[in-house]
Amino acid sequence: MDVPGLCLFFGVIVPSLAVVSFFGGFAWKAIGWARSPVPFHIPITCGQQRSLPWIRSNRLDNPHTPMGAALRVALAVLLFRPLLRNTMTEIYAGPKLTYAPSRWLWLFAVMFHWSMLVIVLRHLRLFVEPVPAWVLTLQRFDRFFEVGHPVIHASTVLFVLGLGLLLLRRLSSPQLRYISILNDYFPLFLLLGIGATGTLLRHYSNSDAAAIKEFVMGLVTLSPLAVSGIPALFYVHLFLVSVLLAYFPWSKLMHMPGVLMSPTLNLANNSRAVRHVNPWNPPVGVHSYAEYEDEFRGRMIEAGLPVDKL
Amino acid sequence: MADGAKVAGGLMVFVALACAPIWLVLARRSTASQPEIELPVGQKRCVESAEFMRQRHAALLVDWRDAVVREGLNRYVASDGREFRISLTGTCLGCHTQASAFCDRCHAYIGVSPECWSCHVRPSENP
Repeated sequence: MDVPGLCLFFGVIVPSLAVVSFFGGFAWKAIGWARSPVPFHIPITCGQQRSLPWIRSNRLDNPHTPMGAALRVALAVLLFRPLLRNTMTEIYAGPKLTYAPSRWLWLFAVMFHWSMLVIVLRHLRLFVEPVPAWVLTLQRFDRFFEVGHPVIHASTVLFVLGLGLLLLRRLSSPQLRYISILNDYFPLFLLLGIGATGTLLRHYSNSDAAAIKEFVMGLVTLSPLAVSGIPALFYVHLFLVSVLLAYFPWSKLMHMPGVLMSPTLNLANNSRAVRHVNPWNPPVGVHSYAEYEDEFRGRMIEAGLPVDKL
Repeated sequence: MADGAKVAGGLMVFVALACAPIWLVLARRSTASQPEIELPVGQKRCVESAEFMRQRHAALLVDWRDAVVREGLNRYVASDGREFRISLTGTCLGCHTQASAFCDRCHAYIGVSPECWSCHVRPSENP
């Protein structure tokens, strides 16, 4: 390991600590949530509950089977359906109060998240040798428009645009600005910084991508090496990504595993069919009717009361 | 909790997938260093220095395209004063006679596929 000082710090030490914080914190949080008791059965119900056979129930928005609940979670993760329920309340002259669906959050979130997924998968070309064929295929779709040189990826545009619009949305609505805190702005600016440095690296720095890949592969093989020809901007990009990884488990970004672990989303609404036991209930001594009858059968028969078993 | 197994399983799958590049490189036992490229025999210096060419050949080729196609200029004066005819086929490929021995190696390594050969004839060992 012969990496000079600053390179070693920004290229090896910081990313390594960030990865440790990411996986360690991720597991720490997820295990903590898994250990938390769920005292009540609390699925969100947004449709007709399953009841009598001739009343049609809403299987997706009020699922009564684990499969239905899984489908609801999958659609929330893939299509962000819950964001479509975002309602905007406005007062007009009159005064007149209106409620209308506001779908901007859904649109900007879809733009940002899906392009981020594509960007992360595209980066595998720098982490795997030889480059997997499916990454090249994904890249080809992303370069569909063949605009600019190097070709501008559609995901780059959607990523920066989506983030910018999410930030603008947060800033332009007085109500939203009022409830926004550092923890809301920081990830937006951080991701915008990552997007900006990444875009600059690809389109303006004339960097030697082969040198960058050799350096990254050094990290992947856990034997970091000094590679010449890497611009300082690369270390800025890497540092911001490291900050994102390190910050991730301790922030609102943990909605990534959290959405899968929300009892409001992943429980089936079957509380009338299946008893939900509060895990912290003390053991309750019960005396079932069968036991009751066993105890008093003789006297019940004497008194002329009906019994199940003679 | 009853969901403990699911959460533990999910975490393990997540870590395994996120670290996939490490497992792949371990499985292939490759050092994954930069590919060797075959330089033209008998030539000392490209149009510009090797460092310049490594970092900026793509930008240079785009500048050349713009110069010759859009502005009608076909002379390029290098930083050391030598003059070159602006021509991918005539100048570049005159020395680099095989794409598979030169261009393709780094391009495959970093997963890029420039559109050069959609117009120009690709220099290959089987003409």
